[in-house]
Amino acid sequence: MIGIVNYGAGNIFSLTSALSRLGLSYGMINTEQDFEQYSHIIIPGVGHAGAAMEKLNQTGLVESIRQLKKPVLGICVGMQLLTAHSQEGDAQLMNIIPLETKLFDKDLGIKIPHMGWNNIEIKNNLLFEGVENQTQFYFVHSYFIEYNAIFEIATAEYGLQYSAAIQKDNFYGVQFHPEKSGAAGEQLLLNFSNLKQ
Amino acid sequence: MLSKRIIPCLDVKDGRTVKGVNFVDLKDAGDPVELAWQYAQQGADELVFLDITATHERRKTMIEMVKSVARQLNIPFTIGGGITEIADAEALLNAGADKISINSAAVKNPQLIADLAKIFGVQFVVIAVDTKLVAGRNMVHLNGGRLITEIETESWIKQAEDLGAGEILLTSMDHDGTKQGFDCRLLDSISKMINIPVIASGGAGKVEHFTEVFTTTGVDAALAASVFHFGEIPIPHLKNELKKYNIPVRL
Repeated sequence: MIGIVNYGAGNIFSLTSALSRLGLSYGMINTEQDFEQYSHIIIPGVGHAGAAMEKLNQTGLVESIRQLKKPVLGICVGMQLLTAHSQEGDAQLMNIIPLETKLFDKDLGIKIPHMGWNNIEIKNNLLFEGVENQTQFYFVHSYFIEYNAIFEIATAEYGLQYSAAIQKDNFYGVQFHPEKSGAAGEQLLLNFSNLKQ
Repeated sequence: MLSKRIIPCLDVKDGRTVKGVNFVDLKDAGDPVELAWQYAQQGADELVFLDITATHERRKTMIEMVKSVARQLNIPFTIGGGITEIADAEALLNAGADKISINSAAVKNPQLIADLAKIFGVQFVVIAVDTKLVAGRNMVHLNGGRLITEIETESWIKQAEDLGAGEILLTSMDHDGTKQGFDCRLLDSISKMINIPVIASGGAGKVEHFTEVFTTTGVDAALAASVFHFGEIPIPHLKNELKKYNIPVRL
């Protein structure tokens, strides 16, 4: 069963709807003890990374998340929270994956936010099992995680190459919204639910 | 590469879609959920629902509809019409809407844009602008083009961007309903002037109009209603045609 970290950053109705459509059961994680009930953990997130981190800090769940050995999936801002730092609000984040979250540079001739369907270059990874390389996913964000060879499991391009998905051990993050990315997004959520501990 | 988005727009009244939608295999043309699902299957990249309900029950009905759509739909959607305050926006967000589109309320109270952007993030805030050429100047209009304002379209859009709009939905009232093509000149100048995405609206009649707007302007998306509802332009066909012109699309 999937546990969703309930820290008040954005709406999760679309996410829970997607899980329901897939027949995946889920519940909310509000306290440290709640983690035990679930085999897989999702950290959702929309909006401002600094504000989201503040809310997450207030729940007192950060240390428990850092200690998790179960598969964890951060979505959008939830992915950014896994990194060390964001330029958005100059915020210290969970630092589970030692990367920097940066603001897109409009001088690259791109519009911000990066909004819409973009294709990704996929590395061989269980999270993308059955998803064709260059499949398009739905993105909406103004900040991105720098490209890196070590943790990268999918790359997107928007003005520059950046991380569409990252992984370190049991921690996964996707910048796009699988719950809004059609059949491919649903496949990804299903793959996540099938990851072994 | 970021795809150009194709966005069908649906009018909703009392929780039901209106304006003669006639898909062949549609059981209930007034059911927004079924219609939305059909469009997603066809390859629509996003949907816009425009609420034209005028009754007191509007908010409640709309929230119920948004929830049903969000339960079934696996692509993003925007809700517009009658949103005048933060509470409206918040209720829609919690019901599963990805974005809200505001028009008159923002013109009357520009601070609303800043407030919405601060609370929900810029990605949630679409500013819809209806424009009409009057004596050589592009002027913002309200009430579906019936009411002229004293605001020039270019300066309003710039202001909206500065306040925190995440996207501009620009409808040319001179082109809307004509099926003679989008207002490419205006759309190009606006999309060059600002640094947020622009959705072109008004005037789509045939496939060539979409090709034209994507090859001659910098817009990010194109919205249309009747050509999609009446099956005049099937979305898979449209996207295949766009691809022939090397316009990036999601197939």
